[in-house]
Amino acid sequence: MKALQIRRSVTRFGIARITSAVAPATAAKIGPLEYRSIDDPDCPGEGWHRVRTRLAGICGSDLSLVEGHASTYFDDFVSFPFVPGHEVVGELDDGTRVVIEPVLGHAARGHVPPFPDAAPGDGDDYAHLATPSRDGMVEPGIQTGFCCSTGGGWAPWFWAHESQLHRVADDMTDERAVLIEPLAGGIHAALLTLPTVAEAKDPIVAVLGAGTMGLAAIAGLKRYVPGVRIVVGARYPHQMAFAKAIGADVVVQASKLDRAVRREAGCHLIGDQLSSGAHATIDAVGTSESITDCLRITRPRGRVVLLGMPADVKLDLTGLWHRETELKGAYTYGTETLADGTRARTFDLAVDTANAYQAERMLSATYRLDDHIDALAHAAAAGRRGAIKIAFDLRDEK
Amino acid sequence: MPRPGFVLEVDKSTPPILFWRGEGFSLEKLPADRSRVIYPPEALPGIDDLDGAIRNALLNPIDMEPLPALLHPDMKLTIVFDDASLSLPKMRRPDNRQRIIEAVLDLAAAAGVDDIHIIAALGLHRRMHDYELRHVLGDRIVDAFQPRGMLYQHDAEDHENLAVIGTTDEGEIVEINKRAADSDLIVYANVNQVAMDGGWKSVTTGLASYRCLSHHHNPESLQNTRSLMGNRDHSALHKSIWRMGKVLRDSGPKIFTVETTINTDAFPTPFDFLRKREWEWSARDRATYLATAKSLNRMPNRAKRKIFHGMEAPYGTTSVQAGFTPSVHEITLKNVYDQHLVEVQGQTDILTMGIPFICPYNPEGIMNPILVMCMGLGYLFNMYRNMPLVREGGVVIMTHPTYREFHPVHHPSYIDFFDEVLADTTDPAVMSTKWEKKYAEDEWYRHLYRTGNAYHGVHPFYAWYWGAHGQQHAGRVIIVGGDPSTVRRLGFTPASTMDDAFEIATDVVGRNPTVTHLHVPGVLVADVH
Repeated sequence: MKALQIRRSVTRFGIARITSAVAPATAAKIGPLEYRSIDDPDCPGEGWHRVRTRLAGICGSDLSLVEGHASTYFDDFVSFPFVPGHEVVGELDDGTRVVIEPVLGHAARGHVPPFPDAAPGDGDDYAHLATPSRDGMVEPGIQTGFCCSTGGGWAPWFWAHESQLHRVADDMTDERAVLIEPLAGGIHAALLTLPTVAEAKDPIVAVLGAGTMGLAAIAGLKRYVPGVRIVVGARYPHQMAFAKAIGADVVVQASKLDRAVRREAGCHLIGDQLSSGAHATIDAVGTSESITDCLRITRPRGRVVLLGMPADVKLDLTGLWHRETELKGAYTYGTETLADGTRARTFDLAVDTANAYQAERMLSATYRLDDHIDALAHAAAAGRRGAIKIAFDLRDEK
Repeated sequence: MPRPGFVLEVDKSTPPILFWRGEGFSLEKLPADRSRVIYPPEALPGIDDLDGAIRNALLNPIDMEPLPALLHPDMKLTIVFDDASLSLPKMRRPDNRQRIIEAVLDLAAAAGVDDIHIIAALGLHRRMHDYELRHVLGDRIVDAFQPRGMLYQHDAEDHENLAVIGTTDEGEIVEINKRAADSDLIVYANVNQVAMDGGWKSVTTGLASYRCLSHHHNPESLQNTRSLMGNRDHSALHKSIWRMGKVLRDSGPKIFTVETTINTDAFPTPFDFLRKREWEWSARDRATYLATAKSLNRMPNRAKRKIFHGMEAPYGTTSVQAGFTPSVHEITLKNVYDQHLVEVQGQTDILTMGIPFICPYNPEGIMNPILVMCMGLGYLFNMYRNMPLVREGGVVIMTHPTYREFHPVHHPSYIDFFDEVLADTTDPAVMSTKWEKKYAEDEWYRHLYRTGNAYHGVHPFYAWYWGAHGQQHAGRVIIVGGDPSTVRRLGFTPASTMDDAFEIATDVVGRNPTVTHLHVPGVLVADVH
């Protein structure tokens, strides 16, 4: 079949990294990603199902790979060559529509889950992600879309384990369903603020960045972190409007987030630092500048949740040290503990959220797989071009 | 003999008219045969022996005993003076306030008065910088009193040092500086540049607390103040202040008011062409204008501001009167009107005005967008008596670059007001109920007002309310040359040229509207009949 595939090539990664700084579209042309005929992947075994891709989103982490920015941290957690694409709504051979919870967890790799009914992302030992599965059929890979054995969503079809499948209700459109995975990521980040805000009086959570993930975090805060005042810094007008529409209390330009948080917290601005600030801040950008900004607007002993994948950053951590700020990563999803103490799977929460917010409004444009150059260029400049989520549409692919 | 103000009917031979554009100028051609330009009277002559006139006023006051008779050794004397919001531009040294206070101190020394405090009547304005204090008071007074803590600036948030004098018949609380309230005598040293200032307003705003000021600095009062510069009976603001004055008179400390009026001689060389009428410009004036305008266009804003704020005006002082506050102020008002009044027949469809680089709230600072509104619709629009120059529902056209720039030290709450409040509403009544309290009680603004050089947190609201009457009266407000998104945030319409502005205005006032230009520089009050 013809698919988009990333092969290990130091030269191509290097070229992509250099050219993407000047022209993101060029990285898609000459970088490690190729649109080529690939061998059909073998079925990894029992419990695995063929999923025919209907829509597959383009995520920031995908773009990092294509542009050669991904951290070497992942070298042992991926297996080349692989087909990207982990935000997927697809169809099983029996016609059942599903969305994929992409983490290739314990169940998919033949390991005992860390606890009964654990989600693929649960657990506190990642050895199973970096080693072949027990039967040797699944090579290392943190997720579908980063593993050479399973394939990924940027192909007409791929393999998914039954532990990864979530059936899509008949009345949910593909366009809504493809947003479930990013929504789950945002909800997970939102719920990571709970320990900090739970006991606070008039808690404030700031969100920096209002692309897909920032918006997903806002939606998660609104639905699952009750009573917080949500202050959002966004870069583009359409992002600001969407953030407001889904319930952010205060939305300002990203450069003015510090003053907006100060107004809400009623604190002082001392040089560039707030004397107090938000109880928790979600960084949905993931750059040195955004993390620095989040640290200076979060109150002492508050928490900064890193939702955007930061990779290689340079930070002055004096303020973190002085303010005893907690820096918390927010990777994917799993089993959550909600504000009332009950537990729920993030994906189930994401399905509810997608319905509540009519998440298809976030899907701005779709492209055919062979239009991947334009698709990736659009995704790389989504904010500037007035878009939120870009996806591949393979419903007409043979 | 200075010529009175007059109204020029514009015809085809009328040269282009000078408009301020912030820290710059432009010459604009007004439509012939339906436009008029109101020129201010020329500057009245100043008093030759000003120190002698001040001394004479102190010794021969109106409706009060002479000052020496009010001074005795064991008394508490408090001398209060107008802050840096007056005069604009700042007065060439020595300032009238220095002259008055030195004369008062001479008399106090002769009477053996030891307990003397000197207080800057800031109200909710920013604290003056040390160099501003020295400019206004002179080095001798500052060096003698400041190190001993006897010269300081009023703090409206120092609640332990505020005192309630009483309440008006309408329930307005009169709360002022405690030292002043406890004094045996207050001597107030004033510079009166426009009819709005002086009288009871000096103490009831300059030494007042926020809760005292909020009785008259609110949308309802300002919407019913018609106008700030006109008849007091038509001004809800001044009526409130005069009610407070009655409380002060009946229950407060004795106040000996010294008011001075200044002429309109505001611009030194090389800007003296600003004082002339365009068709009387000499070749040298035209060359100076061209050179100045072109140079300013090439300069960064910071450099332009340094030039303009560095100017010292060669004002002449036209009168000095002292004594019982309301009696003094009646004479002051007459002298102010002698300098400013111009008779104008009938209203106009479109009022044009150039907005200068300065207003009372940005000495040494930046004319931010809120102050552009305040200067245009608050001050210049209100330069009328009887009825506004522009008809109700007419169009106001202003020229100003209206950059989105703020002085971070002077105007911290203005930045947030622009970002937060104006993004929500431009309606003074709505912002008053929804936002004012939050800004007035913000701890950071309070800290910066009390210890830095920042206007009080609530001040941008007051600046906005100042234009409430004009905002309510005008059918549309257009700013020529302003940053479009900033102008829109103010609720106004941007236009790139004056011709575009006239074109836009036709939507509101039809195809052949009458136009009246309020000529600034120069200060005038149009007596509209």
